[in-house]
Amino acid sequence: MDNAATTAVSPAVLEKMLPYFTECYGNASSIHGTGRDARRALEESRRKVAGVLNCKPQEIYFTSGGTESDNWAIKGTAFANRKKGNHIITSAIEHHAVLHTCQWLEKQGFTVTYVPVDEYGQVNPQDVKAAITDQTILISIMAANNEIGTLQPIREIARIAHAHKIPFHTDAVQAIGAIPVDVQEIGCDMLSLSAHKFHGPKGVGALYIRQGTRVDTFMHGGAQERGKRATTENLAGIVGLAEALTLAVDHLEEKSARIAALRDQLIDGLTAIPHVRLNGHRTNRLPNNCNVSIRFVEGEALLLRLDLAGIAASSGSACTSGSLDPSHVLLAIGLPHEIAHGSLRFSLSDNTTQEEVDYVLKTLPDIVTTLRSMSPLYTDFLEAQK
Amino acid sequence: MYSDKVLDHFSNPRNVGEIENADGVGTVGNAKCGDIMRMYLKVDDNGVITDVKFKTFGCGAAIATSSMATEMVKGKTLKEALTLTNAAVAEALDGLPPVKMHCSLLAEEAVKAAVEDYMKKHPEAVI
Repeated sequence: MDNAATTAVSPAVLEKMLPYFTECYGNASSIHGTGRDARRALEESRRKVAGVLNCKPQEIYFTSGGTESDNWAIKGTAFANRKKGNHIITSAIEHHAVLHTCQWLEKQGFTVTYVPVDEYGQVNPQDVKAAITDQTILISIMAANNEIGTLQPIREIARIAHAHKIPFHTDAVQAIGAIPVDVQEIGCDMLSLSAHKFHGPKGVGALYIRQGTRVDTFMHGGAQERGKRATTENLAGIVGLAEALTLAVDHLEEKSARIAALRDQLIDGLTAIPHVRLNGHRTNRLPNNCNVSIRFVEGEALLLRLDLAGIAASSGSACTSGSLDPSHVLLAIGLPHEIAHGSLRFSLSDNTTQEEVDYVLKTLPDIVTTLRSMSPLYTDFLEAQK
Repeated sequence: MYSDKVLDHFSNPRNVGEIENADGVGTVGNAKCGDIMRMYLKVDDNGVITDVKFKTFGCGAAIATSSMATEMVKGKTLKEALTLTNAAVAEALDGLPPVKMHCSLLAEEAVKAAVEDYMKKHPEAVI
């Protein structure tokens, strides 16, 4: 139930990867036969990924994951366009891979506008439009939020960006494999994805860069990835990414419909517990995301109790982040700290079963009752009701 | 990240609840930071803590340190209770992750706040 954190590598993906550790271990830059085999596998993987995203193979660059893809897209665009301007627009609820990159760029002399979101976590495209200046060189808005699952109006934002001749990047790490993603239909110039979110291996991702988009080289060294991203390719990982992506989009509509039905059961069941609210939009959200705030209890305590019952979930509570503040996403949608502390995220995958959902719905109410019985906030609330 | 003892006190907390007409009640922490602890004391004429209960809103460490602190002061005199340190609570739990040490401090402060409340209500008492 924590598949937004990561997923299991599917057996079919692992099977495809294994030969690339042993038999076909070549360096794709080598001239000899083993090297050529590796090159073939690399380019075949690139074609597969390009086919899924509906772009040219040479527009796909393999990376070490979503974080690197985001870093590259943002820093690479910022530095390549430094003479044109120094302003970047993003949202308040991006992943830290985007937010912390933007904050670092601010220290390098760039300016960043973090557009706010509404109570459901939706960016208003008009806010993006209003933030554009003659110095704006990049707009980066995620396709779907990783915590609360809210889908963003990226098509409209891409149109606004292009009307102002500004490149548009989207972090689609959570969206890929959950909803259809077609870079032509979206109209984005760059798109980040990560294999381990859709039953591929960890440590490998990709960045789509539309031909003609000015982006600086990220890793300097050899001529790999058209000289844009040096280092010997992680071939087994790349083969795994391509296979996982192919499998993820196979019958995507049917799979998403089944997962969304399970998600709806979770949402309905959990919000039926008194003083529980849904975070994010009821319908405009990822099919696999359910995020709730449970008043009067704290998220880490909920997670531990769930873990003792064999259920893995996650929380935006401060206690799980190592800081004193709860999730920036929950604060951005306007939740007070104490309610943000009591948040729980369940994220489903193709492997999630009806039995698992039933078990959560059977188990969680008792955990909430137990923790509330220990909570001075709940005691005070009941007193105030009298 | 948590010791077995922390998990034990978290999943089977000792002395949870309230004491009606408690002789001393102390509440520390705030919901904004994600931790609130409340301690209730029953104290006899000799200044001995005969019963102690707690209610805590907070993480696993907050609940476990509350539970441990109540065990450590139960049956002790008020004077002894005031010597309880957060390090002693953490040690009794076989340690806490560094980021959770503030929870043990909160437990120490909750005990002290409850004793202070007792002193306020019983100005005649001598520790």
